[in-house]
Amino acid sequence: MAIDNEMLMNIINKNKDNNGALMQILHDVQDSFGYIPYEAQKVIAEELNVPLSEVYGVITFYSRFTLNPVGKYKVGVCLGTACYVKGSDKVLERIENILKIKAGETSADGLYSIDATRCVGACGLAPVMTINEDVYGKLVPEDVDKILAKYK
Amino acid sequence: MMEKVKIIIDGKILEVPSDYTVLKAARMAHIDIPTLCYMEGINEIGACRMCLVEVKGARALQASCVYPVREGMEVYTNTQKVRTARKANLELILSNHDRKCTTCVRSENCELQRLAKELNVGDIPFEGENINYPIDNLSASIVRDNNKCIVCRRCVSVCEKVQTTGVIGAKNRGFKTEIGVPYDKSLKDTSCIMCGQCIQACPVGALREKEHIERVWNALENKDMHVVVQTAPAVRAALGEEFGLPVGTCVTGKMAAALKRLGFAKVFDTNTGADITIMEEGTELLDRINNGGVLPMITSCSPGWIKFCEHYYPEFIPNLSSCKSPHTMLGAVLKSYYADIMGIAPEKIFVVSVMPCTAKKYEIDRPEMEVDSLRDVDAVITTRELARMIKEARIDFVNIDDEPFDNPLGEASGAAVIFGATGGVMEAALRTVAKKLTGSPLDEIEFKQTRGQEGIKEFEINLPNITLKGAVAHGTGNARKLLDNVKSGKAQYHFIEVMACPGGCVTGGGQPIPSFKTKNELDIFSLRANALYEEDRSLPVRYSDDNEFVKKLYEEYLGEPNSHKAHEILHTNYTKREKYSDDFLDMTSVGETV
Repeated sequence: MAIDNEMLMNIINKNKDNNGALMQILHDVQDSFGYIPYEAQKVIAEELNVPLSEVYGVITFYSRFTLNPVGKYKVGVCLGTACYVKGSDKVLERIENILKIKAGETSADGLYSIDATRCVGACGLAPVMTINEDVYGKLVPEDVDKILAKYK
Repeated sequence: MMEKVKIIIDGKILEVPSDYTVLKAARMAHIDIPTLCYMEGINEIGACRMCLVEVKGARALQASCVYPVREGMEVYTNTQKVRTARKANLELILSNHDRKCTTCVRSENCELQRLAKELNVGDIPFEGENINYPIDNLSASIVRDNNKCIVCRRCVSVCEKVQTTGVIGAKNRGFKTEIGVPYDKSLKDTSCIMCGQCIQACPVGALREKEHIERVWNALENKDMHVVVQTAPAVRAALGEEFGLPVGTCVTGKMAAALKRLGFAKVFDTNTGADITIMEEGTELLDRINNGGVLPMITSCSPGWIKFCEHYYPEFIPNLSSCKSPHTMLGAVLKSYYADIMGIAPEKIFVVSVMPCTAKKYEIDRPEMEVDSLRDVDAVITTRELARMIKEARIDFVNIDDEPFDNPLGEASGAAVIFGATGGVMEAALRTVAKKLTGSPLDEIEFKQTRGQEGIKEFEINLPNITLKGAVAHGTGNARKLLDNVKSGKAQYHFIEVMACPGGCVTGGGQPIPSFKTKNELDIFSLRANALYEEDRSLPVRYSDDNEFVKKLYEEYLGEPNSHKAHEILHTNYTKREKYSDDFLDMTSVGETV
């Protein structure tokens, strides 16, 4: 996949000489590109003079970074303990069925991606799902249909 | 001098430099603290928690490998609390480890197995979830089985810090942490130089060489084939270790005898190939110096180094000697001149090389390594694989009587045998070149400046009409420093020797893996290297150009060194390679059915 090289180099050059440059660059690339493609990892590795294996290692360590494009709408379903005992697995299952993708995947039209997350810190609302910055709580699986319909 | 501090370990008062860790202090006092992930100076990360100790006043048990000493510190290494914690940690590591020890390549030489025994671990009370990892066996040289990996990161550190290649790393997080190549791709499609230092670093059986043993047994069984074997210089200095002989025992005669018992038609010495290399490389060097060729010329015996140069320093490709490595040179000679004089059809000759090296397995598959569509070498087995074959054939190696190498190649020179230690190729070349330029045998034949463990060795030799400037680097991390100095103009040389492995071939990736205890107590490099220097001193011929077979080879077949014929069969060319290939994501993933 072709990437915007100028944008990438701007991000790298802006952070290059700072301590912890790799993390900053990965954050900015994730935000600007929606993911961190292999082509970008290669350039980052070369420019920072660190092995590709290290860049890849950092990306896969933090759930904030993704190797594939995330959807326009990032659907998160909390599988933390409280949500889980309140049946969030059923919520997730319903979302997967409706969107026809699994957790960790992005729909073919690039609209949705699903994330099975750890605790989002809203246990009082369990079970919880998030779509980008919006939070929905006290869900039953049937609620999902209406909620998703709002995001087109 | 470093300031000293007093600490007390298990009641013993010690005075140690203030920059020591508790582990280092304890080891100095022969207090044994178990470790798994620790490699001094290379991997000090406190990950495996085997080295836990009690420090008076500290909140919890501390990983002694990363815990600095402090004046007045009191440490206890053998309390109930410490023993219980270490054991529980070990049980956890074992709980999701593929524990098929009986069929593991590292059985009886596994640090995890040894610790389990020493810490008196019985049944594992909990069976961990086992992720079934596919095995990466696509590389020509190295096999990775993450079902055995304990995520100690020793291989990662060696690859990144010592060899400065860094092709593997930790991926994912927590329980799913896995060591390997990005995107589940194979080592094959990275800029891995196949040196096998990761195998040497691995405490368990997660890394091993790609075996050619079956290939060799099958060839030996094929009565239509004339199966010959050649052994690299460094093999003789280490093979004995696999049979319990002390480190540094030279087993040349036993090795030749055992190879004959295995059924090889002829047993040859790669040293003959090394002598030919000196003829070709020495001539090439003088030619480059006298005729304005590209300098410094850099040796090309080490296929790991060659691959490193092609990936990481392609601008130095014109500096590489065009000589093939000694065993491929000898392979080419065996399938041409030797075939001629023996009256054997070249295609009926099967050449096996016994090498201290894993990169040689990759090297023989390079498209350039053939003459008239016949591969120069058909199989490469490491020193370890040879030991396995000898054991499988039930040969009593320790008690077997010495036998010589076979004619018509016979015995090679002493200059060739030292190829196995860092600096050896340089020294062998200097002997022949200096003799040629001065016109008479040298008063001092040993060039000590090239020897020893210093990462980069520089020297100047005064010869008629020229002061020859040379440098020797071993380990590609050192090669990188040296090349950077050449690139920036900080240093200038005529001739550089590079070996990919730290120490050179004696401590190559295909050599016996010393037990943890042996590694800690002995200077493996020096003991093995000295075995080679001893053999050199014991040989009647110590210049490559005095090797009788080599003289005849030139008289009867090749003509002069660097002749057209010599170029046709003994020289090669190199390819610029990407560090990270553009179509990396399209490569076969590990475990994918091809």
